[in-house]
Amino acid sequence: MKYKNLSALRFVLSVALTIAGFVSAIIVNAAVPQAAAVKINRYEYFGGTLDFNILYRYAAAGIIILYLGLAVFAYFSEERRVNYVKRAPFRFALGVALALWDILGTKYLLLPQPFFPGPAAILETFLNEPAFVLENTLYSLKLYAAGFTAGVTFGVGTGILIGWFPRVYYWVSPVLKITGVIPAVAWMPFALTLAPTPFTAAVFLMTMCAWFPIASFTAQGVQSTAKVHFEVAKTLGANTAQLVFRVAIPHALPQIFGGISMANGFMFTTLVMSEMMGQPGGLGYYIQLSRVWSAYYKVFAAIIIMAALFSIILYIIGIVQNRALRWQKGLVK
Amino acid sequence: MSDIVLEIAGVNRIYSDDKENVVEALHDISLSVRRGEFLTFIGSSGCGKTTLLRLIAGLDEPQSGKLLLDGKEICGTDTNRGYVVQQGGLFPWLSVRDNIAYGLKVRGLYQKNKADVVKYIGLIGLDGFEKSYPHQISGGMAQRVAIARALINNPEILLLDEPMGALDSFTRADIQDKLLELKGESGATMILVTHDVDEAIYLSDRIVIMTPRPGRINDVLNVAIPHPRHRGGVEFMAMRRDILEKLNLASAQPQPEYTI
Ligand SMILES: Nc1ncnc2c1ncn2[C@@H]1O[C@H](COP(=O)(O)OP(=O)(O)O)[C@@H](O)[C@H]1O
Ligand SMILES: [Mg+2]
Repeated sequence: MKYKNLSALRFVLSVALTIAGFVSAIIVNAAVPQAAAVKINRYEYFGGTLDFNILYRYAAAGIIILYLGLAVFAYFSEERRVNYVKRAPFRFALGVALALWDILGTKYLLLPQPFFPGPAAILETFLNEPAFVLENTLYSLKLYAAGFTAGVTFGVGTGILIGWFPRVYYWVSPVLKITGVIPAVAWMPFALTLAPTPFTAAVFLMTMCAWFPIASFTAQGVQSTAKVHFEVAKTLGANTAQLVFRVAIPHALPQIFGGISMANGFMFTTLVMSEMMGQPGGLGYYIQLSRVWSAYYKVFAAIIIMAALFSIILYIIGIVQNRALRWQKGLVK
Repeated sequence: MSDIVLEIAGVNRIYSDDKENVVEALHDISLSVRRGEFLTFIGSSGCGKTTLLRLIAGLDEPQSGKLLLDGKEICGTDTNRGYVVQQGGLFPWLSVRDNIAYGLKVRGLYQKNKADVVKYIGLIGLDGFEKSYPHQISGGMAQRVAIARALINNPEILLLDEPMGALDSFTRADIQDKLLELKGESGATMILVTHDVDEAIYLSDRIVIMTPRPGRINDVLNVAIPHPRHRGGVEFMAMRRDILEKLNLASAQPQPEYTI
């Protein structure tokens, strides 16, 4: 496919294609008759009645408005226009997939129930118990923030010590390597019994799973600092602490971020697993609770929230990383 | 203050590895460096030039002999000696500006002397490149930054290890002039290591010819040509012939790289 010298017509057609999928999703939801016997609850919100179909159509309309807005934004830059055109077929397919899913999942109940409700039914979660969902989402966020902070602080701190002091390396790195091969959740029974609260137990497990990648990458970064940079810093008047904080650590920063990116995936996993196995809240807890009641549409809703939340977190980490490592731009790759 | 800034007295430096290979990098080196002079060490690679600069910088210690700076024995690094290493050694994670400011920052003098950073950026002609990172500037610019970074601490002595070794001849000539200008500005004593005969004559007040295996001083020559020196001048050419002859005589086998 060629995208050079994109014509205005091509762009307009791509915008039409992008929204066409979601328009079809709305039309399908409104026009296809409800064939199977599905109970459609009505809820009172904002002084009106809502059911999941109406909410679903609002959501699809929201996506259409978002993509139209993006099209206006993309219009002013060649690069963004090309990207928009590239993504149009996929976004179209997304809308069509929603429409198909709607037909198979809700309208005709052709998918195994109750495991695969339609997309609209999933949204019922947000009509049914929005406050409870929010509460659990915030619990997960709080746990993530605490676990991430503890994991990164401990991992980077020990990594610097391991990288700087050969004695620490000698004594600690074997322990580090052993913990590296044990999945952190294996410690769960100990953590839950010994930690004062389930929350601190989960923070401990997240720290454990982040320790190996972050500490070993950090240590490697510190150890690989060129001797000449230490010597130059010394002749310029740097003391030992400054050799650590103004030479070794800035040099190790790319590796430190590499370790954090890697550990972050482990931390997501550990977070959800610990929530599913003994936290008084959180999205993992919510999934577990919904499963017990066979409310699989709520499980899907929790998974969608997780996907959104973790994507946003990764995005934020990416921004911080780009900012901290902007000196590398054009240096690597 | 005495006329002699640095006294090197009977210095020996021997490297030995595990297999008991012994390299006599410096053998009985004695020399007095005058305050404010431009002194150049010239010699083939392996004759101990870098080793000697590292001893003066305080990054290494001799097995025997002494190095006295203003009468006091050198012990470790200090900001009264600036050192521009062979490859420049700029910190890739710092901008041009932050590289130059490094010495002031680690000594806690940055707030008071911010203006110096601006002054040096101007002196080395890098206005507009303050925010660039080392990999974004040319090799010649990077060397000028390395020199400015070492000079910002106002060292008594500036040590330069083949700072122009990897540069093309135009950039080289440019930096040579810049060095003389910076020397006038800062008044520092400059000790340069090079294997370029023209560069040595163009810049130096005195030239020390070194020979390898073991590394020792072969001869010390005064360069009495007034500045600005003309590379094609009669005295220049005569001096050059003299040094080339000494270098060829000095090394066991003639080294083609000096027959420029
Ligand atoms: N750290 C070291 N360990 C062992 N031998 C060394 C070391 N540094 C330098 N040498 C040896 O000492 C001699 C002088 O080296 P050097 O001072 O780098 O010479 P130059 O700078 O004149 O090229 C060389 O033979 C070199 O191989
Ligand atoms: Mg050398």
